[in-house]
Amino acid sequence: MSKAIKVENLSKAYQLGDFGTGTISRDIERFWARMRGKEDPFLKIGETNDRTQKGSSDVVWSLKDINFELEQGDAVGIIGRNGAGKSTLLKVLSRVTFPTTGSVKVKGRIASLLEVGTGFHPELTGRENIFLNGAILGMRKAEIKRKFDEIVDFSGVERYVDTPVKRYSSGMYVRLAFAVAAHLESEIMIIDEVLAVGDAEFQKKCLGKIGEVSQGEGRTVLFVSHNMATIQKICKRAILLKNGKLMQIDETNKVIDQYVSEKQDIISEYNFEPPADNGVGYVTKISILDDEDNFAGEIFMGKPWKVTIHFRILTSVSNFIIALGMQNLYELPIRTTWSIPQSYSPGYYTATFTEDQIYFTTGRYKLVIGLSIGKHSIQHIDKDVHLNISDIVEHMDESVITSDGIFLNNMNVVIENIN
Amino acid sequence: MSTTSVKEHWDIEITPQNNLLDLKLKDVWHYRDLLVLLVRRDFVSFYKQTIFGPLWFFVQPVITILMYTIVFGGLAGIPTDGIPKPLFYLAGTIIWNYFADCLTKTSTVFKDNAAMLGKVYFPRLIMPLSIVLSNLIRFAVQLVLFIAMLLFYWFKGVTIAPNLYVLLFPFIVLLIAAQGLGFGMIISAVTTKYRDLTFVVSFGVPLAMYATTVIYPLSEVASKYHNYSWLIKYNPITELIETFRYGFLGKGGFDWQLFSYSAVVTFVILLIGTVIFNKVEKNFVDTI
Repeated sequence: MSKAIKVENLSKAYQLGDFGTGTISRDIERFWARMRGKEDPFLKIGETNDRTQKGSSDVVWSLKDINFELEQGDAVGIIGRNGAGKSTLLKVLSRVTFPTTGSVKVKGRIASLLEVGTGFHPELTGRENIFLNGAILGMRKAEIKRKFDEIVDFSGVERYVDTPVKRYSSGMYVRLAFAVAAHLESEIMIIDEVLAVGDAEFQKKCLGKIGEVSQGEGRTVLFVSHNMATIQKICKRAILLKNGKLMQIDETNKVIDQYVSEKQDIISEYNFEPPADNGVGYVTKISILDDEDNFAGEIFMGKPWKVTIHFRILTSVSNFIIALGMQNLYELPIRTTWSIPQSYSPGYYTATFTEDQIYFTTGRYKLVIGLSIGKHSIQHIDKDVHLNISDIVEHMDESVITSDGIFLNNMNVVIENIN
Repeated sequence: MSTTSVKEHWDIEITPQNNLLDLKLKDVWHYRDLLVLLVRRDFVSFYKQTIFGPLWFFVQPVITILMYTIVFGGLAGIPTDGIPKPLFYLAGTIIWNYFADCLTKTSTVFKDNAAMLGKVYFPRLIMPLSIVLSNLIRFAVQLVLFIAMLLFYWFKGVTIAPNLYVLLFPFIVLLIAAQGLGFGMIISAVTTKYRDLTFVVSFGVPLAMYATTVIYPLSEVASKYHNYSWLIKYNPITELIETFRYGFLGKGGFDWQLFSYSAVVTFVILLIGTVIFNKVEKNFVDTI
């Protein structure tokens, strides 16, 4: 197969801070250095783009020495945390901005969808905007005319096609805009997270269209998303960026594994100080584990998980209960589980709650832990302990990919012929 | 993988530097439909949701020359080479407005369209070109007004003697557009980083009109401020307005040397504008 994109030593520097009176003297210095054939004095001290640390220079490399090649017909996902350089890479590839060093070589036409509805004019009608937007994206008028009915059909706004788009609902606006972009005839498509718009049904339609474009029509697709499930669904290969550097380019599942293992900002173990006014018992530690007993900041969607609660008993107690509750982001209780009331002598214990019956959809859930003797509460922890169900599934299974509702478990469906 | 020495063909190469004189006209040609649609957008959105619609194109110059006639013609008593005052002012105003509109709109082209230019690639030159063309339509409409007024005075019996220099009209329009475009591109490029020039444009352009022969004839300056008349004379717009008036109305004068001078200045400005624009268009997204 032939190559579609070749990226060589691509770097892009950005200047931080404000432009003001001070900038002009620096510009002059820069100009003077270049006149003498010297290197730009302000680019030498570039640093990697780690926004959590304060750097010594105000030039950062948003992309640094990126090299990769893509074959024609590849569908490649670009993943990385916020600020990793994903959007900058897309911007350079779509020629919106240019690299500081290095080069990109491309075969065929590029259509970039960094945003839907670029150039839509609110005063113009849907029809007029289809033509304008199509032309901005590089289509010829005849081409748009040929596809006009298809575009309107896909968008589902036939009735409003001669109404100014300023009277559209935001959903209709986005539908129309995506419809235009989806009908571009380019060899390479670059798509940023534009799909995070519109209703679920339309999102599905868009995803289907993108899949069709890459697999069915053999076009090259570059796709940025934070939604791993979508990337897994569409892309065979993926690129992992971190602080502007390319960390890995490989099969999607491998790259996602690497990405997940690198997530440091999610805690899987919580330690607690002994409370001052408690003479009976208290929680010392809470750990969240996956089904193989590994500490897991994130649980793959559709996999079992465990919560182990370490607690200490100070005096002999009877009727002692440990309870675990789960709440969604709106603090709505989803479920509560108790241990059987029991007697304990002083010492250290662990209680492990295993969830292997119900699978929750992706999201962040709050865990609430309570210790009590009968109905008398001893300790109540309802802050800071979170369980993260990731949007990544370990094995691609069509039935798993849904984010509607709270539970993933399928119901039993029986179909009978009753003629 | 085998290393083949065959040089591969690539359609697009993205590199940090590009040829500053390369206008990528081939690319522009491919996007010609966009150019037409942008012009149409400007034209249509201008009068959407108005009652008078395109009639508004007439209102502005009519009121302007009415004011000029009262203030400069009546109160100040500035002579107009024997041409009926409204006709004299209209001739100057439509040319000057075309220049000023091209310049001011082009000078903010990056800022006004930052959202769009930051999201999608198309030859950047399309934007200023669409401005020049949009304003050309407005100019054409106003020219109709001018011709109508000319005929009105002609039927009234005023001696108006159009001559062969009318044939220079297309060149005048071209030169005006090129100058507006050139100046505009220079300013637009600088303002992507430093906004200071936008202030200069907002008060400078209306003032610059008084340094051009819009409300007075060149002959008047020559007789009143003989020592300083060169300032007005070597304003590259002056001779274009003078030629326009001379060709259509038969009053004033024409000077081959001054006309050539205007053309050369225009060319230089356009060249500088293009180079600067080409340099800035690549990275303005990062600084605007």
